[in-house]
Amino acid sequence: MTATGANSLRNGPDEQGRFGLYGGRFVAETLMPLILDLEKAYREAQVDPEFQAEIKHLATHYVGRPSPLYFAERMTEHLGGAKVYFKREELNHTGSHKINNTLGQILLAKRMGKTRIIAETGAGQHGVATATVCAKFDLPCVVFMGATDVERQYPNVLRMKMLGAEVRPVTAGAGTLKDAMNEALRDWVTNVDTTYYLIGTAAGPHPYPEMVRNFQSIIGEEIKAQMQAENGKLPDAVVACVGGGSNAIGTFHAFLDDPSVKLYGAEAGGHGIEVENGHAASMTGGRPGVLHGNRTYLLQDADGQILEGHSISAGLDYPGVGPEHSYLHDTRRVTYAPITDKEALDAFQLCTRLEGIIPALESAHGLAQLMKVAPTMGKDETIVLCLSGRGDKDVESVGRYLGMNE
Amino acid sequence: MTTRIPARFAKCAAEGRPALVTFTMAGDPDLATGQAILEALPAAGADIIELGMAFSDPMADGPGVQAAGQRALAAGQTLKKTLAMVEAFRKKDNDTPIVLMGYYNPIYIFGVDAFLEAAKAAGVDGLIVVDLPPEEDDELCIPALAAGINFIRLTTPTTDDKRLPAVLRNTSGFVYYVSMTGITGATIKSHAAVGEAVKRIKGHTDLPIAVGFGIKTADDAATIGRDSDGVVVGTAICNAVLGSLDNGKATAGTVAAVTTLVAGLSSGVRRAKAAA
Repeated sequence: MTATGANSLRNGPDEQGRFGLYGGRFVAETLMPLILDLEKAYREAQVDPEFQAEIKHLATHYVGRPSPLYFAERMTEHLGGAKVYFKREELNHTGSHKINNTLGQILLAKRMGKTRIIAETGAGQHGVATATVCAKFDLPCVVFMGATDVERQYPNVLRMKMLGAEVRPVTAGAGTLKDAMNEALRDWVTNVDTTYYLIGTAAGPHPYPEMVRNFQSIIGEEIKAQMQAENGKLPDAVVACVGGGSNAIGTFHAFLDDPSVKLYGAEAGGHGIEVENGHAASMTGGRPGVLHGNRTYLLQDADGQILEGHSISAGLDYPGVGPEHSYLHDTRRVTYAPITDKEALDAFQLCTRLEGIIPALESAHGLAQLMKVAPTMGKDETIVLCLSGRGDKDVESVGRYLGMNE
Repeated sequence: MTTRIPARFAKCAAEGRPALVTFTMAGDPDLATGQAILEALPAAGADIIELGMAFSDPMADGPGVQAAGQRALAAGQTLKKTLAMVEAFRKKDNDTPIVLMGYYNPIYIFGVDAFLEAAKAAGVDGLIVVDLPPEEDDELCIPALAAGINFIRLTTPTTDDKRLPAVLRNTSGFVYYVSMTGITGATIKSHAAVGEAVKRIKGHTDLPIAVGFGIKTADDAATIGRDSDGVVVGTAICNAVLGSLDNGKATAGTVAAVTTLVAGLSSGVRRAKAAA
């Protein structure tokens, strides 16, 4: 990434892996040499033209990049404000933005001579994207997934298995993403010689938050170029959903130093931010702490025990958030707001009916936030949503919520 | 800085045997029973006590220690109560070193300065905080040393000679060598490799070296104890607590289940002397 001056918001992290107070390397000693090796290998890959060319080639021919920027005409008319655009990351191979990151990291794992891949997954989108690149590059793959998520995202479990991955259900805790990540870390600490931990979000110990962000930054860069081509100017607002926050940081990063572009992150408001342990909005409803290798906003009790949280969306059901988001929250560059399960469900249905696009429940949170902002904007203004994933995996769960399965 | 730790290692060395370091989870299975276990440990043969600070997400622990932490949390254990346990223990025993072991977040939320002050006042001698490598020394390690509390670092099979000096730099009290790459409660694959590793670390430090992870029986303690200054047993003790419970509740046999195991381990470290 090009540094753009001392006051740039795009310079992070520092050498200690910090974005201000956040980030860092809070891992057991066993893992420390591994993440130092990883950082070294990543730095070398970053400046290797061959590595960059391979990513670009695969992004074009395997993933289908650039993903389209789509003018959502009926959504625009319905909301009666700014012109609404969708960045169609759900059209990527495997159906979400997750492949941008797994492709980059699998090439890195190959470079490092690793022979086994592990990953955690919530909604299963990252698990599928990891299983996919493991199939393509012929590497064994173990995906840790909370038992609750295995149930509510079963179509993705089947996809992972068909792709040759082993899916290990995790029953600890509430059986969601946090517990899957604990179990992946326990595996990694055991199988240090062979195993590459392919983290799916822009969180964890340094250098993961930076590395995942960089692999995902293609989203915002393309939006910038596509909006210039379409309207000859930058968008006025950009919206993305935030769980760990990889699609959001990838969307926002290109715009951080463009103050005219308002940035909105939609957190999982669950049953409502006022319901204790009933949401997964770590920035709106949590406070800074240390978990999974980094300092960041966390949902926790007064004794520093991590709460499970809740969201209808398995991909957002995580009590933390990537450290760069915590920094952007404190500096107020990005406005983070909670979206309830119900608001997300409403947005899900509206998008499906108006645009013929079934969004992932995660992305529907972003859309719900857009639906609040767009009507307050002028008709000559533009707003872009990162439509991070497609909703095929959710149709069964949503059908159940809506009582359509009878 | 003087804590109770160097004196205790010196005492064991004078007896020509390694120290027995026992790990129990504070507040497992409940506060009162946990306190009774803690107070029974020295007489049963524990030379140094590691007291676990329960955490919701113990990333380096296997099922045995995880379950112990969950039992403690379910019974309402907090960091404040753990410190109070040490304070009560000190009224009866002013010699046995106590090392608090756990993860950083509960300490961070308690407040580092407030925690160190309370820990020192309660009679804590050392800290082992799994997720604070030397790269994060400014967080707790340096302040702990300033407060007169030992910061005991884990070294692992992945800590090579190049990295070892950085890991040992601010370590005090003793060095905790993790016998394997893995989580607590797994099985040691090669005793010989552990001995080699202890020798390697000894080339870098004069501190005592205790070996932990995977030591379950008196025989393990005797074998590993031959090559080290101390052996740490944790999961086996947590499992002994578990085995004594009835429907998750403490029974009349819970404290005895722990002391019987510890007495056996204590005989193991004494055999290490005879074998050496």
